[in-house]
Amino acid sequence: MFVVRRLLALVGVLFASSFLVFSAMYAAPGSPENFLVQGRTVTPEVLAAIREQYSLDDPFFVRFWNWLTNVLQGDFGQSLTNRQPVGELLAARLPTTLTLVLLAAIIIAVLGIGLGIAAGVRDGILDKVVLLGSSLGFAVPTFFAALLLMSIFSVGLGWFPVFGSGEGFFDRIWHLALPALALALPSAAVVARITRTAIREERDSEHSVMATARGVPARIVLKRHVVRNSMLPVSTIVGVHIAGLIAGSFVVEYAFTLDGLGTLLVGAVQRKDFAVVQAIAIILVAGFGIINLLVDLLYKAIDPRVGTKQES
Amino acid sequence: MMLDIRSLSLSIAVDGGPKEILHDVTLAVGRGEAVGLVGESGSGKSMTLRSVLRTEPRNATVTGAIALDGVDVLSLKGEPLRQLRAHQIAMIAQNPHAVLNPVLPISRYLVEGMHDAQGLSVAAARLRAGELLEQVGIDGVDRVLASYPHQLSGGMLQRVVIAGAIAGKPSLILADEPTTALDVTTQAEVMAILDDCRRELGMALLFVTHDLDLAAAVCDRINVMKDGVVVETGVPDQLRDHPAHPYTQQLMDSRPASIMWSPSDGSGE
Amino acid sequence: MKRFAARMGPIGIVAVVIVAIVVFGAVLAPLIAPYDPTIGSVTQRYLGPSLEHLLGTDQAGRDIFSRLLWGARSSLVGPLIVVSITAVVGTALALTSVWWGGFVDSAISRVLDLLFAFPNLLLAVLAISVFGASLTTAAIALSIAYIPYTARVIRSTALRERNLPYIRSPQLQGISGLVITARHLLPNVAPLIVTGATINFGFAMIELAALSFLGLGVQPPDADWGLMVSSGQQSLISGYPAESILAGLCIVITVASLGYIGERLGGRSAAGRKA
Repeated sequence: MFVVRRLLALVGVLFASSFLVFSAMYAAPGSPENFLVQGRTVTPEVLAAIREQYSLDDPFFVRFWNWLTNVLQGDFGQSLTNRQPVGELLAARLPTTLTLVLLAAIIIAVLGIGLGIAAGVRDGILDKVVLLGSSLGFAVPTFFAALLLMSIFSVGLGWFPVFGSGEGFFDRIWHLALPALALALPSAAVVARITRTAIREERDSEHSVMATARGVPARIVLKRHVVRNSMLPVSTIVGVHIAGLIAGSFVVEYAFTLDGLGTLLVGAVQRKDFAVVQAIAIILVAGFGIINLLVDLLYKAIDPRVGTKQES
Repeated sequence: MMLDIRSLSLSIAVDGGPKEILHDVTLAVGRGEAVGLVGESGSGKSMTLRSVLRTEPRNATVTGAIALDGVDVLSLKGEPLRQLRAHQIAMIAQNPHAVLNPVLPISRYLVEGMHDAQGLSVAAARLRAGELLEQVGIDGVDRVLASYPHQLSGGMLQRVVIAGAIAGKPSLILADEPTTALDVTTQAEVMAILDDCRRELGMALLFVTHDLDLAAAVCDRINVMKDGVVVETGVPDQLRDHPAHPYTQQLMDSRPASIMWSPSDGSGE
Repeated sequence: MKRFAARMGPIGIVAVVIVAIVVFGAVLAPLIAPYDPTIGSVTQRYLGPSLEHLLGTDQAGRDIFSRLLWGARSSLVGPLIVVSITAVVGTALALTSVWWGGFVDSAISRVLDLLFAFPNLLLAVLAISVFGASLTTAAIALSIAYIPYTARVIRSTALRERNLPYIRSPQLQGISGLVITARHLLPNVAPLIVTGATINFGFAMIELAALSFLGLGVQPPDADWGLMVSSGQQSLISGYPAESILAGLCIVITVASLGYIGERLGGRSAAGRKA
């Protein structure tokens, strides 16, 4: 069945990706343990511990297998910089990143689709504004949006905090509001544009025109034929962009100094703490894959033509 | 006359000035009459139909008069226009796959026409949908009602469209090349159903086609159109034997020399 | 030339001019920049715009205008590398895939599917963690991430063309696949490659700037727009947003212009594409 096939494909891709992430370490020049240590002077005991942790004495595939089975059980190894189990570090940081991504996703969907529909349905000032906004909006990098918003609303007006993630539900949302907006902005611009285009195309589609020609009231034509059908391409794009939030979140977390997976990753890369990098990479790839799968399934649920052989 | 089109002109605004699509078109359809509108693609025949329904393109300028049962169609807007479209006119277009919304099942298409447009209750509409499908000769009504457009053939879909068209017993049916997209056998079947239903319910038909023979078989009168102008009007026999306009002669000459249908046979193979 | 102008429209012409200015600024930076971008005097910090410093100075006393000019170089070179590699390798893979079909096509598609599973920035970050932070590493890693998108687009167009007579008949005559591909398939997908490259350039610019912003791309004290947005952040919080805002605006204007040009060339909205 369709779902099963896609799930298997996802598992396959994740397996291959984990292999890629794992073997990346070996791509660097020099021996693996030297790479992991990165030229820091360490005692022979530490070197031995590293060899042990990564089973560097064993053949390659055994190492990979050990690593993979550990990961699947939640053991991501130890951070080189502070000796903490990576798993704990991740668990502490996950909520912030998840909340951030969720907030941004909601903004993209609501703002992007909402503005797109409003612009597509009427030919007015709002339409011109949305057109202009989306043509520029997609070109605004997330990090710049972050700084702009910070400059105006945090530094300038003082309405929002400049850094940190806050404690407690509402405080957290207040702290994550600007970052989420910055993260969502370029994607929302794209979604608004695509939605507007899709709505305009559906307005002129034969089934919409014919529905009007049959005397179906305008509001129903709009709802059932124009908006409903335009959601097909729109949902795909929204899904793609939400999946893309995963990468974009690093940047925003860094700009606002949030305690999320992104800042952890950037720090780990700078300090060459490879165990952390590997762990976060795997989690992000898995998240990305799952979101993409959900998008595909959602599309299938909306469009009855998908998966059948005959397409009109 | 039930439908009276007088001096209808239509132009579209394109880069470089307005382009005239229809020029001074005048034709009429009597109650219960079948009138043909024959011409090649680009002759403006489809646009004429769209003007009656007021679904011409947004950037079109229309002048002239279209009267349906005495009502000036061109001046209607809003609710009166919607009522006209729901109760008095129905259109059958060329490509049923495009006419039906691909993500909605057939039942929804029919119920939409009867409930949302014509005001029947949902329950009554559902019941009637089944009856209508039987009337157009569809077996396995329940299966068809639950199907999506991509699961059915063109011929089947066209029957569904016809069912939807006759649901409100309109006084006028506008048919825009209803069988052109279908294969020959299906064409004959669908034409037969259309003709039968029409006669049974006494509906008038304005039938657009490029096929002169087909028009001759079905229509009481035929208008020949070329480049946005009606060049000749007459009964099929007259057009065949004594075409007044050279273009009509051209159309006659370019027909495949196979079966000559005589209007008195009605439709048939 | 006149046809090109007509195709671009009035806004498009403005976009082309903007891009031209940026490119000239970058190329001529050594000649026209009034100051060395990396040297600044602490006594000259945070000066406002003046005749001596057209756009003022940053927190280290460096002339912002000079830094923007010099920064244009890395901000343009990086995406250029990305787009070139992506276009060449992506097209090569797509055409090979289409020509040979069967096993080769499946194998290549599997590899590309694997790349699709990685968010672009993540692939770049992974490569940087292994090979070190620099513009080159980032650019190459990003190219690898972009290749599947280009390859997929080219492949579907080439697939349509492949079975048409003008390709099949030379093949039946025994002419080598390489020649047919080069002489017949390639010209037909060329416009697609150009449009894709234009739009990808903009995305690459943003993603490379993001990497520099994170400290993983261009390294200080080099000037780079993305890096400037980052290094200007503290100043911004202290109330001197000039460096960050101006550098960011440069990015926005350049990418928006490129996007508009790509849209006019290809007929589809740049705001509707994802790298």
